[in-house]
Amino acid sequence: MPEGTPNVLEVRNLRTVFRTRAGSFHAVNDVSFTLKAGEILGVVGESGSGKSVLAMSLLGLLPSPPAEVSGGPVLFEGQDLLRLDPEALRSMRGGRIGFVVQDRMTALNPVLTLGFQIVEPLRLHLGLTRRQARARAAELMAQVGIPDAHRRLDDYPHQVSGDLRQRVLFAIALACDPTVLIADEPTAALDVTIQAEIHDLMQELRQTLGIAVLWITQDPGVVAGLADRVIVMHGGQVVEHAPVDALFADPRHPYTQALLASVPKARVERVRRLAVMEGQPPVLRTPPDVCTFRDRCPHAYDVCHRLNPQRYPVGEGHDAACFLSDPGLAPQRPQLEVVDG
Amino acid sequence: MAEPLVSVRGLKVHFPIHGGLLRRRVGVVKAVDGVSFDVQPGETLGLVGESGCGKSTTAHAVLRLLDLTEGSIRIEGTEIGRMPQAALRPLRPRMQMVFGDPRASLDPRMTVEAIIREPLDEQTRLAAREKRERVAELMDAVGLPRGIGPRLPQALSDEQRQRIGIARALALGPGLVVCDEPVAALDRSVQARVANLLEDLQAKRGLAYLFISRDLSMVRHIASRVAVMHLGRIVELQGRERLDADPLHPYTRALLSAASEPDPVAARARQRIALRGDAPSPADPPRGCNFCTRCPEAMPVCREIDPATREVAPGRWVACHLHDPAILVRPDARPTVVILKGPGFNPAPPSHLQGA
Ligand SMILES: Nc1ncnc2c1ncn2[C@@H]1O[C@H](COP(=O)(O)OP(=O)(O)OP(=O)(O)O)[C@@H](O)[C@H]1O
Ligand SMILES: Nc1ncnc2c1ncn2[C@@H]1O[C@H](COP(=O)(O)OP(=O)(O)O)[C@@H](O)[C@H]1O
Ligand code: SF4
Ligand code: SF4
Ligand SMILES: [Mg+2]
Ligand SMILES: [Mg+2]
Repeated sequence: MPEGTPNVLEVRNLRTVFRTRAGSFHAVNDVSFTLKAGEILGVVGESGSGKSVLAMSLLGLLPSPPAEVSGGPVLFEGQDLLRLDPEALRSMRGGRIGFVVQDRMTALNPVLTLGFQIVEPLRLHLGLTRRQARARAAELMAQVGIPDAHRRLDDYPHQVSGDLRQRVLFAIALACDPTVLIADEPTAALDVTIQAEIHDLMQELRQTLGIAVLWITQDPGVVAGLADRVIVMHGGQVVEHAPVDALFADPRHPYTQALLASVPKARVERVRRLAVMEGQPPVLRTPPDVCTFRDRCPHAYDVCHRLNPQRYPVGEGHDAACFLSDPGLAPQRPQLEVVDG
Repeated sequence: MAEPLVSVRGLKVHFPIHGGLLRRRVGVVKAVDGVSFDVQPGETLGLVGESGCGKSTTAHAVLRLLDLTEGSIRIEGTEIGRMPQAALRPLRPRMQMVFGDPRASLDPRMTVEAIIREPLDEQTRLAAREKRERVAELMDAVGLPRGIGPRLPQALSDEQRQRIGIARALALGPGLVVCDEPVAALDRSVQARVANLLEDLQAKRGLAYLFISRDLSMVRHIASRVAVMHLGRIVELQGRERLDADPLHPYTRALLSAASEPDPVAARARQRIALRGDAPSPADPPRGCNFCTRCPEAMPVCREIDPATREVAPGRWVACHLHDPAILVRPDARPTVVILKGPGFNPAPPSHLQGA
């Protein structure tokens, strides 16, 4: 992204906790990031690291109770989304902020035609007439690569293939010319050739329409091919943030290093086993006050069990929440052996 | 070469389509339509292709979980293609399966122990104490804590459920384990753990795997040879390194160009090969080459003649006219010149490197 590209979304110190009868669950902890116009920001982390809760919190889609979203502001077009009244937020969502969520089968209504499901938000948000909306719907379907769009308008979801349904969801998300698109693992269940096509489509849309995209996935291979910048999540926190090339060339957080090493690389001699990391992301009953990765980290030392690291800058637009990156602690750190990533 | 553990020749599995008021047979789905391959003892053969191409049907046919329409399957030299189920029973311990969806494939009412013990109950006359020991051993081997034996599968993670499925498959000491998308539903970090477990077990127990996946990046990590399937056929089969460096079939090239690539620089450098349209239906495959409706390199001859599977170099099989000199001399076989850039698309290695 060129210097000075405006931020379209600015998230500051976002926190989400679920207060349930079984106790509190701190799913998103003090998350901050920005999204620039026309940029694709990848969010990567294992299942349970807090990615979906983050997306749902931004979209105001979590039922409260049990969810309590606090902190902020979450600035979008000069307004704080966390303090918007529900009506205003609803018109923002699906309007200026498009979204595609994880569960694709339930996302489309099985008894309504594909066309109707695209036309509705157009009429609702943009006040188009039925004719105008139908024409725009066909245009949108063509834009997301649906052949024969006009004919498809009257099909029902069960009459079309899974990838076509997924494309319809993108068409709905794009219907009202959003500035920001939030996509939560929307291609995970699709064939790789179709995933690749949808990734190409995203690249095209951000170039032609200047849409900014928050793309959530557990697969580092997906962010490598798609994102400009990446935030890595663990324990509901951002543990590393970097431009995509820097992240893969020089990952600084031990979690990022382990996550990247677990993906089979293309075209290397098959000499090594995949590197593995034991355990799962933690389930946090209290806000994190020590490093949430300490029990899985091969480098953990005494301070990691006492304090929670802040995000230390390690390079241009690159930071890592790990004491290994804290310049002040350098003298106290145990000497690291070089780890073969 | 040693006798193959599994030898499949000309396998066809066609499912009838019934329609109309009288439920008459109105057509046929050619789910598997002429597939041949061997699996050597102790090796991993990968089987890759998109959804619906016939991978699971092939797997079920190899284990005779369904009846063949045509073809032969030999396991350790014994022809089982037409064998009645009763006669298959004593052979079952040698060939087992791990299913892709561990939620659906484990009986939710059975405890972990009971699930792993089930094949021992059905196939052996071991005493209860011996079975208990065997179950405990298997749980150790797949990295399950013994303490979860009395629990139900719902209470466990997907990863643990998949380990249970693997333990159950190993209970009778099989030579062949068919793994149908065993890691597809898992996170990348968990996939790595399960893939390593499968490799460890293979090394310790001399297992052969038929490893099925839609994800070429995992197949080419775990398999020694890879078969690429499209619409009921194997269109290419060769060693993983050759497949990576010099894919022969246009469909393989498209799959490689879309495979997960955890390196942003390489991901940008490669040229994506887009396929036109959806895969044709196996109930109505196109005339000629079954890939001709989507192939970026299709020639007129491809719409007329179905390409034969040929061994173009030792151990390298492909079904495509571009690799058949006898077809290429025809006037309607004019290969379009396609320049493929980026790593992995070296059209042919320099002659001094060939066969190296
Ligand atoms: N019992 C059946 N009756 C009719 N058609 C079937 C039956 N089983 C499979 N098919 C069809 O045969 C084709 C191959 O199916 P199969 O399940 O083998 O595909 P697959 O490669 O395993 O796909 P996936 O990656 O989605 O698991 C599909 O078109 C499927 O719809
Ligand atoms: N409704 C809820 N009640 C309690 N905990 C929840 C709820 N939803 C999510 N969580 C917890 O929040 C954490 C993050 O979950 P999620 O955002 O879904 O992860 P991801 O999308 O990264 O896989 C997990 O520990 C999960 O169990
Ligand atoms: S802070 Fe300590 S435990 Fe946490 S990632 Fe860094 S070295 Fe590991
Ligand atoms: S035979 Fe023709 S259509 Fe088929 S894969 Fe080869 S070039 Fe393409
Ligand atoms: Mg999620
Ligand atoms: Mg299948």
